Amino acid sequence: MLEPLLHEISHPGRCAFSLPACDVPETPLPEEYLRDDLPLPELAEIDVVRHYTHLAQMNFAIDVGFYPLGSCTMKYNPKVNDVAARMPGFAHLHPLQPETCVQGAMTLMEALQALLGEIGGFPAVSLQPAAGAQGELTGLLMMRKYLHDRGERQRTVVLVPDSAHGTNPATTAMSGLRMLQVASDARGNVDLDALRDTVGAHSDELLGMMLTNPNTLGLFDEHLQEIIALIHDAGGLMYGDGANLNALLGVVKPGALGFDVMHFNLHKTFSTPHGGGGPGAGTVGACARLADYLPGPLVMEEAGVMRFRMPSHSIGRVKSFFGNFGVLVRAYVYIRMLGAEGLRAISANAVLNANYLQACLRDHYPIPHGDRLCMHEFVAQGIFAGAPQVHTLDIAKRLIDFGFHPPTIYFPLIVPEALMIEPTETESKETLDAFVAALERIAEEARTTPEVVTTAPHSTPLRRLDEVKAARTPVLKE
Amino acid sequence: MHYIPNTEADRQEMLARVGVSAIETLFQDIPAEFRYPEYQLPPALSEMEILREMEALAERDDAVDRRPCFLGAGAYRHFVPSVVQALLQRGEFTTAYTPYQPEVSQGTLQSHFEYQSMLAALTGMDAAIVSHYDGATAVAEAVIMALKVAEDKRMRIVISPTLPSQYREVTRTYLEGLPVTVVGEATAPGQLNVLAELIDAETACVVTANPDFFGRLYSPADMQALADRIHAAGGLLVVSVDPISLGLFQPPGAYGADIVTGEGQSLGNALNFGGPYLGLFATRMRYVRKTAGRIVGETTDSEGRRGFTLTLSAREQHIRREKASSNICSNEALNALAAAIYLAVMGKQGLRQVAALCWHNAHYAAARLGAIDGYTVETDGTFFKEFVLRCPLPVAEINRRLLAKHGIIGGYDLGQVSPARAQDMLVCVTEMNPREEIDRLADALATIAAEGDGHA
Repeated sequence: MLEPLLHEISHPGRCAFSLPACDVPETPLPEEYLRDDLPLPELAEIDVVRHYTHLAQMNFAIDVGFYPLGSCTMKYNPKVNDVAARMPGFAHLHPLQPETCVQGAMTLMEALQALLGEIGGFPAVSLQPAAGAQGELTGLLMMRKYLHDRGERQRTVVLVPDSAHGTNPATTAMSGLRMLQVASDARGNVDLDALRDTVGAHSDELLGMMLTNPNTLGLFDEHLQEIIALIHDAGGLMYGDGANLNALLGVVKPGALGFDVMHFNLHKTFSTPHGGGGPGAGTVGACARLADYLPGPLVMEEAGVMRFRMPSHSIGRVKSFFGNFGVLVRAYVYIRMLGAEGLRAISANAVLNANYLQACLRDHYPIPHGDRLCMHEFVAQGIFAGAPQVHTLDIAKRLIDFGFHPPTIYFPLIVPEALMIEPTETESKETLDAFVAALERIAEEARTTPEVVTTAPHSTPLRRLDEVKAARTPVLKE
Repeated sequence: MHYIPNTEADRQEMLARVGVSAIETLFQDIPAEFRYPEYQLPPALSEMEILREMEALAERDDAVDRRPCFLGAGAYRHFVPSVVQALLQRGEFTTAYTPYQPEVSQGTLQSHFEYQSMLAALTGMDAAIVSHYDGATAVAEAVIMALKVAEDKRMRIVISPTLPSQYREVTRTYLEGLPVTVVGEATAPGQLNVLAELIDAETACVVTANPDFFGRLYSPADMQALADRIHAAGGLLVVSVDPISLGLFQPPGAYGADIVTGEGQSLGNALNFGGPYLGLFATRMRYVRKTAGRIVGETTDSEGRRGFTLTLSAREQHIRREKASSNICSNEALNALAAAIYLAVMGKQGLRQVAALCWHNAHYAAARLGAIDGYTVETDGTFFKEFVLRCPLPVAEINRRLLAKHGIIGGYDLGQVSPARAQDMLVCVTEMNPREEIDRLADALATIAAEGDGHA
């Protein structure tokens, strides 16, 4: 069942709103300023409700089923978090009210700064960044400014592993810095020799390194301490991309390992709903020497009163006001309900679920690093010896017919035909077994009835969409 | 932990399949001396306990729905129809990820396509992006895009001093690593011709707000003159708007804007203590491949039926890496959905009525407040829903008394952006402030002026 567009159900004269009559003397409108037409739809309230209800029914979501999207940590989003965020004392606060009127919200922010600092091993935290990518920009600008203030303006080179998310190189460019890519070794770690050579060749220009750990192969780097020491010894700083922090909750503090700055993705690790693409929050933690460079304002307690304060060497604001507060409330509730034991249970079950899936799938799909234990995710390949015409994209689409959201596909770029699978801790063994059964069945179909796989999905209202056509002749509005 | 379905028996079975005896073994790659440190965290709470604590915290806040509120300055109290919240809470919308797999994401994709359509219509532009983080980062991204559109490597931008100060701060942060010269912020506010004088052959864009931070609305003719100047110099006009004002007034597309940005919070989103908000972004078709952020396009499926998909991703970080137009990935998609539902509910007539109510209420308020002894309306020329009121006492003191004695949240203290303006209050009046509230504010301000300095 397809749903018509709003303008197709629009009917002149209908209205879905109810506004009070004007109760003040009217002031004439300035004719030369007025627009002629306002081409918005005209609908009855029930039209709007049914339209969006139908659209909702066309979406896959965590509330609908298993969503093993690698590196996205699609875990269950607790409803209590939403209830708290909607409390009038949080949802109906204006960001410019006097501090004395918003002490509850500020107390929550101060507490969340402290909780995330403790979990990440950082003495200072800024809640301002709106998303992981903005956290990265924040981190690099902080590192750059810190080194500039020390007179080291020539440091403009940032090292990024070839397994990194696209945001890392993009952030480097956005910060006006130069990215050098570092290869991975046969075990999926950063290639230590290649790193040593690159650092050696650029030690004067080295600003630092961006590292996702566990990396996008789902592996904890076996040489992490050597990597961090190499960068620090060359005078560089270590940026931690916290996208995969779910694997480490309650087990290790990245700050203690030597990361100088790191962003937390509250919409991944701390289970705030992703909303079809956002909002998220990319809270940033910093070690002591970089703490004064955080974007602000931060919340500080002074004589029992919460105050907004700008760090002394702050890179400035990265966003209006104080960050995505509604997201912060949800993350706070989540952490408070878990405690330290709960955090450890998350990483334990997330990593166990991933290893269980990896063990079950090993006989059916190539897993390039399947000889190692994985962390919260692993990368398989959609390659079948007897069925060269079946690709990862086909497997992904066929999974939809079995009621599962596809894994992340064709990423990381260093693994051909990648299927990046992250089950998270909120899935049961039965769900994982059903997912394994579906993938086994697809592997079987690839050999016996490949056309069933290459023409999937068969169960959705729409079949495969022509993405090439969409990009070649863009139609971007009704 | 009730979010984790695995039982102890499940775990043992799964460990056996993995071939290890204990969960701790799975973490063996983490250096042993750093494993399992102590965490100073408060004990876990049950749902009932945390809700009680959250209610107690929220009770300490003075929510703006309890009393008259005349605070705006970039975050606005507009009516949100019940339908918006009811539909927005559906788990199929809230718990979906970015719609990378279009066959199972048509709900998000079509609703964003419709959002793009309505935003393009509202702003008079050809195409809209799903979202940026907020009105401030939308400006920063617009400036970066303008620098890229100007193919002769222009590195100079002109920014109006009447763009909200936080937008200017965020833009400066974003430009920190780039060799860009920013001019215009020190000019006298409200002088579009002075801004135009700063445009030269090196200028990539001029950025201004309409209405501006102080509420002033510029005429289409004056805006067109600015557009002509920057276009003659080969640069772009970036206009930051209040989307509600576009229910009545000519859209930037009608007076030559190349990029329209804005804070979309007003469209169906709660105040949320400053976020999540919605960065509006729309532009001309010829620039669309230079934009940053998600875009949804129409296409067909393998059987020729209409459908929607993310498109033009060759601009984006996951495809282009260091050559991408921006690093943006997660954005404010759910806030864009709220805006779409809001616009669908309000429609052609409703948005016009909201804007008209704002206009009439604000002008009534300006007339009432400006008539009180000691107060004058400083806003020169046309304004929409905000105006500057010069007060007989520092605004900080007036606001303190307004709240303590009259139960009213006063306007924004402009002393916070410029110490010289400590007696200027930016008063915001929307459809949420009926006559009775405005009259109460007028009476209270008269009382405060009569009390004078001495009365604390």
